[in-house]
Amino acid sequence: MASTAQAAGELASIPRILARNAAHYGDRPAYREKDLGIWQAWTWAEAAAEIEALALGFMTLGAQPGDKIAIIGRNRPALYWAMISAQMVGAVPVPLYQDAVGDEIAFVLEHCEARFVVAGDQEQVDKMVDVKDSLRHLEHIIYLDPRGLRKYDHQHLTAYTELQNKGRDARDAFQPEIKRRTDALGYDDTCVMLYTSGTTGRPKGVVLSNRNIIETAKNSAEFDHLRQSEEILAYLPMAWVGDFIFSVGQAMWCGFCVNCPESADTMMTDMREIGPTYYFAPPRVFEAKLTSVMIRMEDAGRFKRWLFKRYMAVAHRVGPAILDGKPVSGGDRMAYRLGEIFVYGPLKNTLGLSRVRVGYTAGEAIGPEIFDFYRSLGINLKQLYGQTEASVFITQQRDGEVFSDTVGTPTPGVELRIDDATREVFYRSPGVFVEYYRNAESTASTKDAEGWVATGDAGFIDPESGHLRIIDRAKDVGEMADGRLFAPKYVENKLKFYPDILEVVVFGNGRDRCTAFINIDLTAVGNWAERNNIAYGSYQELAGHPKVLDTIQSHVEEVNASLANDAMLSGCQIHRFLVLHKELDADDGELTRTRKVRRRIIEEKFADLIAGLYDGSEKVSTVTEVTYEDGRKGSISATLELRDAKVYPTENRMAAE
Amino acid sequence: MTAFPEESFVTPDGRTIGGVMMEMRNITLRFGGVIAIKDISFDIREGEIRAIIGPNGAGKSSMLNVISGFYNPQEGDVLFHGKKRPPMRPYQVARQGIARTFQNIALFDGMSVLDNIMTGRLTHMKTGLLEQAIWWGKAEREEVANRRKVEEIIDFLEIEHIRKTPVGRLPYGLKKRVELARALAAEPKILLLDEPMAGMNVEEKEDMCRFILDVNDEFGTTIALIEHDMGVVMDLSDRVVVMDYGKKIGDGTPDEVRASKEVIDAYLGVAHD
Repeated sequence: MASTAQAAGELASIPRILARNAAHYGDRPAYREKDLGIWQAWTWAEAAAEIEALALGFMTLGAQPGDKIAIIGRNRPALYWAMISAQMVGAVPVPLYQDAVGDEIAFVLEHCEARFVVAGDQEQVDKMVDVKDSLRHLEHIIYLDPRGLRKYDHQHLTAYTELQNKGRDARDAFQPEIKRRTDALGYDDTCVMLYTSGTTGRPKGVVLSNRNIIETAKNSAEFDHLRQSEEILAYLPMAWVGDFIFSVGQAMWCGFCVNCPESADTMMTDMREIGPTYYFAPPRVFEAKLTSVMIRMEDAGRFKRWLFKRYMAVAHRVGPAILDGKPVSGGDRMAYRLGEIFVYGPLKNTLGLSRVRVGYTAGEAIGPEIFDFYRSLGINLKQLYGQTEASVFITQQRDGEVFSDTVGTPTPGVELRIDDATREVFYRSPGVFVEYYRNAESTASTKDAEGWVATGDAGFIDPESGHLRIIDRAKDVGEMADGRLFAPKYVENKLKFYPDILEVVVFGNGRDRCTAFINIDLTAVGNWAERNNIAYGSYQELAGHPKVLDTIQSHVEEVNASLANDAMLSGCQIHRFLVLHKELDADDGELTRTRKVRRRIIEEKFADLIAGLYDGSEKVSTVTEVTYEDGRKGSISATLELRDAKVYPTENRMAAE
Repeated sequence: MTAFPEESFVTPDGRTIGGVMMEMRNITLRFGGVIAIKDISFDIREGEIRAIIGPNGAGKSSMLNVISGFYNPQEGDVLFHGKKRPPMRPYQVARQGIARTFQNIALFDGMSVLDNIMTGRLTHMKTGLLEQAIWWGKAEREEVANRRKVEEIIDFLEIEHIRKTPVGRLPYGLKKRVELARALAAEPKILLLDEPMAGMNVEEKEDMCRFILDVNDEFGTTIALIEHDMGVVMDLSDRVVVMDYGKKIGDGTPDEVRASKEVIDAYLGVAHD
């Protein structure tokens, strides 16, 4: 409690922690960004000066305490600064997803009553200009990259650097007021508002206080012994709570350096150059990296392939044990060391993972093969479980206690409870959000009077390890017509572990059997097609190829076989499936911006295909509307082949018959 | 006949189009007995996008080569900023501020994108071979300054991700973009593009169009281009010259050219009854 009281006194807000960092380690790098091919660095002192200049600029625009300032664009130091500048003038930063389209943005801006927007580039400014007239509160847009904006009407538009200059000129007039407002920030004042993408309905604005962010950052940083010398790569959406905790909360608390890549396309090169020591990526990123390694190995010469295979076998056998500090024979240790020289070291270097001391993945289940692959290379990859409402951390895995199918034990400060009847997971922690902005009804249904929050996920504590295991979304877990358990995500994840399969949607709630929609992975299947001399012109054509369907069918049947062994989930075997003619896409509303499947919308949109799966037809013709990146709409028509998959009798049923 | 005002003016989209920058006066070009260009006159004004169109073999590329100074016409004059231009070597043309791209990509395949674009800075380098070999003091400063300019162009054309990739490994559409980058690196006053969109898919064409417009808009570079894709030409250019069998058969804004009977006949053919 002593540390809490102290934190509340001196470090009760992000601007105050910034002041501490600037004072104590002013000449250490705080932010780096690759610009014009060169890494530019800002020390804590320089960053603090930039942030103050922008805060002064906000004052010249008349920013008031409690105003909302929206921030939209790719990860750049200047946009992180904008969030802290907003806090300094008593305003609340609201980061938005940069790939959000017009009406999503309009809804959020109107809901939070944003007066100002800081936009990354012309693309984002264009979106703002499009929706501005329909918004009652938006007054001014500040842009970072001036390219293409020279000739825009600048009545409600100002360049970031220009606003900073105006602020510096007015320093004498506004500095005392900024100091007063910054000093007034307390532990329970709002730190940030993050809109959740929401699998259903309109996004909700999660209000997180300084207490939520700072306590969470402190507890989780201590848990993993994060230090001032860490390097992280900021590349995940700024509107996502994880990025806010890693790149703002923990970075500020520990005083480590946040590195911003040059662009999304240069990520791999930039990551190699930086060599982060603390790294977070969703499972699909690890999956994509592994896929690209495997594809490149298949194209390598015979000797290299032999070397890779030989030493990956060694790593697979003893790597995780060495990482966990378990006893391993001298011979194996020697072989592993040679492997490090020939294979693991160079491979980690190529992937930019050489220096990773703490790596995390979360958001979806990760395939055990993928997880083990990275751990066997000696990368300390762990899993955590969290959500926006908890300021990320609910549970995480401790060093040396890592399993691919659990999400760890509660983070320090978090209490966990599992409802006996519904199996839903509840938690209570210092990171628990204040409220959903202007939505008391949802707040009340999520958080009870004692501060317990419902996660919406069903899970249980694994009796062997004491770790939490998540089965599925609580509302998606259902019953089939005959009363057997229906857990779609469990089955989907099993299928998604095959590199050929990108996305799966399983149906069967309240029905007599399960069916599935499948999206193939264009990279993996495309490479396979090339090697086997199969020509294709589009995703749709490849997805409908009989040989592709055969491969997918064999995957489905393998999964069915493994489900048959699981007494609880044997009812979820997939009887019929189809490979969709288009990739599920967030622009069409089929996925959330964080790429989670929106079941209800898919069920409505493809109702004809689902009907086809259940009425036994062999072919279904359909027309689907698609939305392009710029918001235009088009449609694609296709005739899909529906296939039956072999299902296996379960031990239970055999006993019953 | 053009709807263009004689004096400099500002277009509805905010670009300034100035006075005549380059004038072709009664150009005739022969290769032995073949007359490639026959008595053609037209002008290119400062800040405009000028297209040269025509069916195959109309003499478009020859015209571009005359503008770039690669061919010397047997008759007629090329006036640059009102002054008659004497016959010149290609490097002299480059120093005057004329840069070009080629119909068939002409890059150094084994060199990286960055190095290829750096070659475009050659006319801006003043240090000698020996100084560059020692690479100290002035030569180093000069290279850093040039590299900065090149990086700005890389940023402008959004090719950061292939900066260090050898050009030979790139797909066609990107090679075209690298070629444009190299031409831009020379900071030209007038940029000649020979079929910048040939062989591209729709998406690549859209990208290229956007970059051409951006170059013109952002740097005020005058652009003369040859292109086959009519949609592209009509959308992109301020004025169009139409050629057929070495002769000029039309000259004016896209709308005027589209309405011209001679142009329609040349493109669609004439019924002989």
